[in-house]
Amino acid sequence: MNAYILGAVFIVAAPLLGGLLSGLDRVFAARMQGRQGPPVVQPFYDLSKLFQKRANIVNRYQALLVFGHLVFAAFTAFMIFSGGDILLTLFCLTLSEVFLCMTASSANGPYSSMSSQRELMQIMCVEPMLLLMAIGYYLATGSFMISDFLKADTPAIVKMPGFFVGFLVILIVELRKSPFDISSSHHAHQEMVKGITTDISGNIMGMSELAEWYEVAIMFAFSGLFFIDRHPISILFVVLAALAVFFFENLVDNVFPRVKWEIMFRVCWGVSFVAGGANLFFLLMMQK
Amino acid sequence: MPIIEFLIFFPFLAAIVLMFMKEPTGKRAAFATCCSIAIMAVCIVLAVEVWGGMTLPGAEGSANVFLVDPELFNLLITAGEAFLMCLVIYYGIRYRKYYVILLSAGQTIPVLWLDLTGKTSAAAAGQTYLRIDNLTVMMCLIVGIVGGLICIYANGYIKDYHNHHTEFPKRSNWFMAMLFVFLGAMFGLLFSDNLGWLYFFWEITSICSFLLIGYNKLPVSINNSFRALWMNLLGGCGFAAAILYLVLNLNIISLSQLLTFSGEKEIVLIPVILLAFAALTKSAQMPFNGWLLGAMVAPTPTSALLHSATMVKAGVYLLIRLAPLMSGTLAGLMVTTVGGFTFFAASLIAITRSDGKGVLAYSTISNLGLIAACAGIGLPESVWAGTMLILFHAVSKSLMFLTVGAVENATGSRNIEDMTGLVVRMPKMAAAMIIGICGMSLAPFGMLVAKWAALKSFVDARNVLMILFLAFGSASTTFYWVKWLGKLFAVVHHQDPLPDTVHRGEWAAIIPLSALVVAMMFLFPVISQYVIIPVLAQMFGEKISSVISQGDMAIMIVMLVMIAVLPIALRLVNKIRQDAKDKETLVYMNGANSGDDRHFINSLGEQESDSMSNWYMANWFSAEKIMKPCLAISSFMIILFLIWAITGGAI
Amino acid sequence: MKMSKSPWLLHYDASSCNGCDIEVLASTTPVYDVERFGVINTGNPKHADILVVTGGVNYQNKPVLEQLYAQMPDPKVVVAAGICACDGGVFKDCYNILGGIDKVIPVDVYAPGCAVRPECLIDAVVKAIAILDEKRARMKAENKA
Repeated sequence: MNAYILGAVFIVAAPLLGGLLSGLDRVFAARMQGRQGPPVVQPFYDLSKLFQKRANIVNRYQALLVFGHLVFAAFTAFMIFSGGDILLTLFCLTLSEVFLCMTASSANGPYSSMSSQRELMQIMCVEPMLLLMAIGYYLATGSFMISDFLKADTPAIVKMPGFFVGFLVILIVELRKSPFDISSSHHAHQEMVKGITTDISGNIMGMSELAEWYEVAIMFAFSGLFFIDRHPISILFVVLAALAVFFFENLVDNVFPRVKWEIMFRVCWGVSFVAGGANLFFLLMMQK
Repeated sequence: MPIIEFLIFFPFLAAIVLMFMKEPTGKRAAFATCCSIAIMAVCIVLAVEVWGGMTLPGAEGSANVFLVDPELFNLLITAGEAFLMCLVIYYGIRYRKYYVILLSAGQTIPVLWLDLTGKTSAAAAGQTYLRIDNLTVMMCLIVGIVGGLICIYANGYIKDYHNHHTEFPKRSNWFMAMLFVFLGAMFGLLFSDNLGWLYFFWEITSICSFLLIGYNKLPVSINNSFRALWMNLLGGCGFAAAILYLVLNLNIISLSQLLTFSGEKEIVLIPVILLAFAALTKSAQMPFNGWLLGAMVAPTPTSALLHSATMVKAGVYLLIRLAPLMSGTLAGLMVTTVGGFTFFAASLIAITRSDGKGVLAYSTISNLGLIAACAGIGLPESVWAGTMLILFHAVSKSLMFLTVGAVENATGSRNIEDMTGLVVRMPKMAAAMIIGICGMSLAPFGMLVAKWAALKSFVDARNVLMILFLAFGSASTTFYWVKWLGKLFAVVHHQDPLPDTVHRGEWAAIIPLSALVVAMMFLFPVISQYVIIPVLAQMFGEKISSVISQGDMAIMIVMLVMIAVLPIALRLVNKIRQDAKDKETLVYMNGANSGDDRHFINSLGEQESDSMSNWYMANWFSAEKIMKPCLAISSFMIILFLIWAITGGAI
Repeated sequence: MKMSKSPWLLHYDASSCNGCDIEVLASTTPVYDVERFGVINTGNPKHADILVVTGGVNYQNKPVLEQLYAQMPDPKVVVAAGICACDGGVFKDCYNILGGIDKVIPVDVYAPGCAVRPECLIDAVVKAIAILDEKRARMKAENKA
């Protein structure tokens, strides 16, 4: 029961966390480029504004599909924080992303349509590693349940460094940082304009923005799971690790602004295969 | 209890009657529909009786439970085998494809010799010819219900087909008859315990598919039909060799004897690996995937029947049967490796296909690979996953085939690119297709549950290779399904619904199938508990708990409910959201749209049209690029394992 | 929270000589750093609140400008950046120029200059967001009624 309460609390807390992280992200990027940047709470201003705007729609399916995207992103967050099955969490996340892709596909404009395909491509890039990561947790802790990860004696990272490396690489894609021709990002100069959200506007855009915060929170929760164990002190490590991951992702984004999807695909699958596969192999060997 | 005899012989009788009803009249349609309904009803009765606690005949070992005079039928079947061989020889000579004669004679003559010398006679050995258990009943339901619905659909479809394609000779009576022969053969295959009988029905399905693929008599159909024939005959050779080995060396003449074989697994390794080889060809695993792709030239009911209900399922059915014998042996390793590799490679190639049926064909090959791999692992939980996959795949995939066929008849194209905006143009059909696609690829619908269980079992079997195949393969699977789904949703500005020209008979199959897919999504915990667990209990002789935990099943159901209530919830949200009503605008095209979403003004001030196409990544994964290496790798694996097993290797 | 906290802009070059465009972009560089105020250059009318137009409007881009404006969701404001956007500037009498962009769409704030200076532009945006808040209040009142 407690788990469900925790999950419910995080339905509210996750977007706060996600929003804060995207705010930090913008300040961080500005500082790296020698600018002052917006206030940290800027994303909340943005969201509030979006919800005050009228929505210009392209067809009558958009609101429903974006709403589905939001609901399942929130449900994914709920599942993670209520300690659910990590594989089911990943499937739910995919479902949520599929809803977003359908929104863009249904708009059927040049930018939306192409971004929808790119987004699917990105899902294809990251999915193997996410699945392997889930299996890694299972082998390291003996369970797929996130609630059981918290009972481990040592943090999972000890047994799964390879998975962590792979996860860091796909996180760049999952957080919509690189490559340059990715389906969506916060930069106006990129190939797909505003990519997958191009034809979403006003308060419907607000829903999709909110869903993105959930996604950010979910991704950092995944990174935190590598470091958590039954000792309360591990929460400190989780926070530190999240900050380090955050720094790393931004650095990569700023250093490689012109990576294209071909490289993204090769790197994601290559690293997933080599780092994930090798780590998997050793874990299985160790336990034989 | 004449139910089983009815299921085997009734379709053959129906086929003979249909043969004589030349014109596609309402009378013929009514007759075929009645026969299909009868078959479906009998299947359901059988299931109710068996699951309702009826004692299984054959379990007591009483010889003549099923047939009044089995030896007469045995003689008939021997004659049938000879007839099939003659048929192949006739076609081989007529189309100058002499190699099929060699393949057919090479396998039929030794089996005939066994039959005529009475070595496979069950009565002599105190065995039954037929047998029934939970797995047969489950398969029977699939074949009966899905197959029956396809036959109903075929009535309307084949009529439309000939109206659209007047260039082909009209042989629709023959077509309908063949579908029923197919069903009969399939039931025979499921109920046969005697290896000779099993082999006979196995051969009927091979030859039937050969005839159906060549239906149009175009050069390409004929070529493809011969490809199907030789590949399946090659598998038949493996089957015949397995029978020879079992009868002559081990004195085993029935499947149940083989399955209850008490000695070391290594002793039966050679026949098991040969049977597995036959099953791999039948279920179109690489390198034998060619025949199934070629089968796409046939009219849609053929492909649906071939794919979902019968042919390919016959292969994996045999593999599932053999699963306990394969676990941890070379045979299991072969099936797992080839299946896993096929799953991965076929899902990559499916990305590059824009032809609807082509995608379905590759996805079938891919999913069958996964089922085969599950069977090859041979652990209870992997077999759970495999059986679940068979169930969900049969229903969702045949739904997909039928909808693609119906869309093709209505719009004249089965290309996915031409399905743009189907939600507006054919809303009902699009809904059925969306159900089908979700059932095939997304959580929390059907197939994904089974894939999930498969993943767990691969981890528990400690098979690194399979885990990697599954992780990467399921990523590409999502890609090709969801981009198809996207096309359906891609609304074109100011588009009107197409006139509803879909035949009533087609709806009569599509609506129940869609309902079945949805029902199965909600009922899968029940299905697992009452259908699949008993199958496993019989197969492994122990009580097995469900692979997916109760809590997870509950969450999946919650997700389904959430999807169902999504539109209602949106209404509530809209009340808060819309302090201003939404306004319709054009899509963003740099402001250069010329009045609608499909035209823009170019730099010379002229109007030009544009269209959106899906991404096929043809320069990465097209069949031309990666098929040859894939075939080489899989052939190498199969040959390696076969030689390894026959020369007496052990792992 | 007021809408003015988050002004997202769309920059459209009607038929500018690019002088003003460079100044618009200059506002986002470290020297002026307009993102301090939460301004994002979205490049997409459907996300934008403020349309910044440089250059006068001509016959060819009139429909484009109209469309971009129509695609922006309400409430929205328009800033004419530079003298050409305000009234056509030195190109006013050219055969192909219609004049300032107010010939085509309603303009809320005029920022003169050839080229417009970043300080002036930022000032114009600040004025524009005040109007944005007003429009929002009006929209809310209208919808309640």
